[in-house]
Amino acid sequence: MKSITIKQPLKLDCGKEISNFPLAYETYGNLNEKKDNAILVFHALTGDQFASGINPVTNKEGWWNYAVGPGKAFDTDKFFVICANVIGGCMGSYGPGTIDPSTNKPIGTNFPVITINDMVNAQYNLLDHFKIEKLFVVAGGSMGGMQVLQFVSNFPNKAKVALPIACTASHSAQNIAFNELGRQAIMSDINWKDGLYDGKTFNPDKGLAVARMAAHITYLSKKGLQEKFGRNLQERSDLKFGFDADFQIESYLRYQGSVFVDRFDANSYLYITRAMDYFDLTKQHGGNLSKAFKDSKTKFFIISFTSDWLYPTSENKDIVIALNAIGADVGFVEIKTDKGHDSFLLDVPDFLSTIKNYLNTTYLNINERRI
Amino acid sequence: MKEEFKVISELIDEKSRVLDVGCGDGILMEYLLKNKVVDVRGLEISKEKVKKCLSNGLAVVEGDAEYDLKQFPDLSFDYVILSQTLQAFMSPENVIKDLLRVGKKVIVTIPNFGHWKVRLDLLFKGEMPITKNLPYEWYNTPNLHMCTIQDFYNFCNNKGINIFKTISLNGQKTSKITSSNLKFKNLISELGIFLLEK
Repeated sequence: MKSITIKQPLKLDCGKEISNFPLAYETYGNLNEKKDNAILVFHALTGDQFASGINPVTNKEGWWNYAVGPGKAFDTDKFFVICANVIGGCMGSYGPGTIDPSTNKPIGTNFPVITINDMVNAQYNLLDHFKIEKLFVVAGGSMGGMQVLQFVSNFPNKAKVALPIACTASHSAQNIAFNELGRQAIMSDINWKDGLYDGKTFNPDKGLAVARMAAHITYLSKKGLQEKFGRNLQERSDLKFGFDADFQIESYLRYQGSVFVDRFDANSYLYITRAMDYFDLTKQHGGNLSKAFKDSKTKFFIISFTSDWLYPTSENKDIVIALNAIGADVGFVEIKTDKGHDSFLLDVPDFLSTIKNYLNTTYLNINERRI
Repeated sequence: MKEEFKVISELIDEKSRVLDVGCGDGILMEYLLKNKVVDVRGLEISKEKVKKCLSNGLAVVEGDAEYDLKQFPDLSFDYVILSQTLQAFMSPENVIKDLLRVGKKVIVTIPNFGHWKVRLDLLFKGEMPITKNLPYEWYNTPNLHMCTIQDFYNFCNNKGINIFKTISLNGQKTSKITSSNLKFKNLISELGIFLLEK
């Protein structure tokens, strides 16, 4: 697993300082000689650095395998894609699961509370590592989109194109409510032990699975669920008058919960959802979101999905409005799909082809200095 | 290249900021980028067309001019263009008001309902006219508020909107419209192109 060690101290929003910590990353494609073809991709809540191909830890397809790869939307035949595991995560970057050498146990809830801003500031070190002066694109969906917005706000001249997808500039009460539900599920698990479970004998798997089940519902649309499962029964011809998984949807959610705990750390789930809840770029700029982007010449392309009720079009459009208010270069489209918030991770041809064409054309246009 | 776009392009100064309202496939935007040094943005209601524009790298936002012009600050563009779309709005009057708020200058083109072919259709056939620029049946037309060059001229005068230039387009032929030839041009023009200011 590739990683860099960030030596210089990083001052976190909570006031604490961290240094000498690992940031795990993966890359796809090749950085060209001019170093002008780099794309930094930010992952969502439960993602990791393995965006494309086969994830070597889970042996499953990378989370953005539909979008990242040779000939795909983020075409790794042309572009150099970098993706890092966020701090607070559990795939090699500094997080609550990192072993504290002084106790030989996971740091657990002694890990400092982190923010989207902290995540982005940590990942900025990758530009130095690869000696990239300016990224071609910063991109991401959901929490990845929030990182895109924060990145441009923090580093106004470090990306030519910003591609925030299905996200928000300010986590809504509904978003916070769902995250709190997940956290309560974890913290109610007897094995959570105030966050100091050892990760071997004790793991709050039940709580984490329930958190995942609840969250998973929010990623899908009512119509999508109805069409995929309806009231279909799970391997039985009639109701069993009990609390087994009678319905396919129950069985599906239980399965999603059970496979999730194999790859994700419960404390990471707490920390990362907290970071999302604390995200309010508008408030960071005194109530005026436009101010977040006023120093930037970055070209924005914002995408939302019709059936996404978790980060609805209206919230994505608020970002468009803030950008238009300062005359920024912005494109926006709402893609029609029944696949809900998860659309950005799935095979939605309209979505993928628009990104592909947009990036290819924009890369050429920039080189021809047309824009 | 559509003759109309050539005329519009000639009305626009170099190095200006342009907003194309109802930009469609972005053909006019592409034309302006190619022929002028301009910074051009688009607003378009059709998802399909927005995707096409974005695929070509154009800065186009999906939206409805009747609601989404609000987000643009006062005088934030040097030119705002509305090409053959005015008649499709629920409230053309409010849209024009918003265009004049957002743009220092506004270019509006209208398909002319006063053209002689239109008048003859109605006079002799007694049917709603169907022409090259107005190819719809009455029951499926998106054009809710058709007007003539004369109507639009009167509208501007009544609302105190300054008309800088009016150009008639008939086939490939362009000519100036003045107050003295207005009645005649209203009869022979397929399109009227207006350069306006508040």
